[in-house]
Amino acid sequence: MTRERTDFWVGLFILLGLIALAFLALRAGNMSSFSFAPTYQVHAYFDNVGGLKVRAPVKSSGVVVGRVAEIGFDNQRFQAKVTLSLEQAYAFPKDSSASILTSGLLGEQYVGLTPGGDDKDLADGGTIEFTQSAVVLEDLISKFLYSSAEKEGSQQGQATGGAAAPGTGQ
Amino acid sequence: MNSSPAPLVTFDGVSLGYGDFTVLSGIDLRAMPGQVVAMMGGSGSGKTTLLRAMTGQLRAQAGKIHVFGQDMAKLDGEPLRAVRQRMGVLFQSGALFTDLNVFENVAFPLREHTHISEQQILERVLDKLQAVGLRHAAHLRISEISGGMARRVALARAIVLEPELILYDEPFAGLDPISLGITAQLIRTLTDQLGCASILITHDVAESFAIVDRVYLIGQGRLIAQGTPAELSASQDDYLQQFLQGRPDGPIGFHYPLTPAFERWLASRRAA
Amino acid sequence: MSRLANRIAALGHGFASWITGLGAFARLFSAILARSSVVLRRPGLVSQQVHFIGNHSLLIIGVSGLFVGFVLGLQGYYTLNRYGSEEALGLLVALSLTRELGPVVTALLFAGRAGTSLTAEIGLMKAGEQIAAMEVMAVDPLRRVLAPRFWGGVIAMPILAAVFSMVGILGGWFVGVILIGIDPGAFWSQMQGGVDVIDDVLNGVIKSLVFGIVVTLIALYQGWTARPTPEGVSRATTRTVVSGALAVLGLDFLLTALMFAH
Repeated sequence: MTRERTDFWVGLFILLGLIALAFLALRAGNMSSFSFAPTYQVHAYFDNVGGLKVRAPVKSSGVVVGRVAEIGFDNQRFQAKVTLSLEQAYAFPKDSSASILTSGLLGEQYVGLTPGGDDKDLADGGTIEFTQSAVVLEDLISKFLYSSAEKEGSQQGQATGGAAAPGTGQ
Repeated sequence: MNSSPAPLVTFDGVSLGYGDFTVLSGIDLRAMPGQVVAMMGGSGSGKTTLLRAMTGQLRAQAGKIHVFGQDMAKLDGEPLRAVRQRMGVLFQSGALFTDLNVFENVAFPLREHTHISEQQILERVLDKLQAVGLRHAAHLRISEISGGMARRVALARAIVLEPELILYDEPFAGLDPISLGITAQLIRTLTDQLGCASILITHDVAESFAIVDRVYLIGQGRLIAQGTPAELSASQDDYLQQFLQGRPDGPIGFHYPLTPAFERWLASRRAA
Repeated sequence: MSRLANRIAALGHGFASWITGLGAFARLFSAILARSSVVLRRPGLVSQQVHFIGNHSLLIIGVSGLFVGFVLGLQGYYTLNRYGSEEALGLLVALSLTRELGPVVTALLFAGRAGTSLTAEIGLMKAGEQIAAMEVMAVDPLRRVLAPRFWGGVIAMPILAAVFSMVGILGGWFVGVILIGIDPGAFWSQMQGGVDVIDDVLNGVIKSLVFGIVVTLIALYQGWTARPTPEGVSRATTRTVVSGALAVLGLDFLLTALMFAH
């Protein structure tokens, strides 16, 4: 086969490979939700980030407005420090709140941003004051058990309330 | 035969072998420019070993080998490559590159070692193919040509860089009478035209005696005789005469020698 | 008793010679790498090898990818259906392919198709004295013959793996959406939500690169060290497939542990 013909077929082969890679990245993978828009960074401190991962989405009203850039631990405050990259097109008031939510029942975790009412907006490098940590299943269960135990106790207490000596229990 | 200044190949008291095993010892030979030299001997006498020593594929166990005046034992890397570029080698099987066609095979050394243009490559290759009578076969694939033609293409490839020394490994083996005649003619003409030295490794007495200037006969691990074809034909040596005349029995026995290994084997067969 | 001693000695010899072989293998690798300037000086040679190795493998890779995709779609559906999660089929198919099946199955098929033809070609070139002829013509066979084939294989493999994964995903889509009737929106959106470009696709590409290097090198090494007889070449091609397959599977385990352990 002549040089030119071989080069043609090789070029076609490489093109096919690029198409396959593009397909995998865009149609199969999540690259189409990558945005190359300019971003600004804000920080948020959480008691517990749960299963939040870097590059998880930041959503407001269910729409992706940014990504989690970094997750670290602040040794001074003993809290998790999460850095969010928000698209410059979206500005949020300074008193907006960030919570770690789960998409669906057992899905991936993301950061939900609820806007506040302040006139001033969050600037690059700013910090979100109001945060809500991720829901940890064990805490939920122990809370539930504690509150149901309490309810039973108070019911018992009420039942034997009259018999209880004044000054003991309530 | 012209009395030229320096020999192109010199062997001085050379011993050759592989590992501990010595195939040949005490070899002295010379090849001058414009000379056709034949290295002859029976099968397994070490002729191919001599060829590999000349190309630098094998180092001498003793003695000195000089090619183009340079000591082969001291050559490696670049200098060795430079020496090899000045010689052409024709392998017994042709050793053509099966994935290239005839033209590309002959053009190979030009493409690898020179920077001449495609047009010039075309000219030179067709010119050399013309010399071997295969100019109009340039487009054929290696699988499409006969053994004799393959040998000639390999010859064209060996001479395309116009070397000063050409080595032929059994150039006459397995050829039909016409191809034999053609090949012998080509070797003589090319040597005269290029002024190079040609060394033939062969056991074909008739064809080579017709064209060579000097003959070296090796056997039993050493150089048995040397001289012009006329001198050798007139010699009275038994071994030489057995070889030249092709007698089945003589100094080289017809029967394979008896060994204890054979007797043990026979005994076990008779017992079975 | 001495027979047992002999057997143990033989085992020791075998192990020692295997280690020697590994050393020779590494030496060949560094020799080929040292001569890799051929990619820049004679790109035509490399391009030619990409053609022989890559283009000529497209058919088997494409068809295999398609059928693997079909089977993934079918089996995946049967299993997910039990838990009412058929809509995750797209995600299942895509992750299986990009992370594992794409690189690994392609590498195994590559060892069988391209690997054996490389081994046989080099072995026969040696047997037919073509390599010796090149050396005597002062042409370095490592640079002229082995290096272009090495880089041809390394370039072709990731492309083939990507094509395998793509065709497999389309095959899974065909079975899942067209034949079985899963909602196409769910099929693609769950996939896009779950397949990460860096973690899954890129890691798959890196795997196929590593496999390409190893399998091509094994094929070249076996051809280079084969005995120049029909039997020798046949043994060498068998070794290419067996060693290549084992190396791929072993490396896959290592790479998966490295890449996907959280």
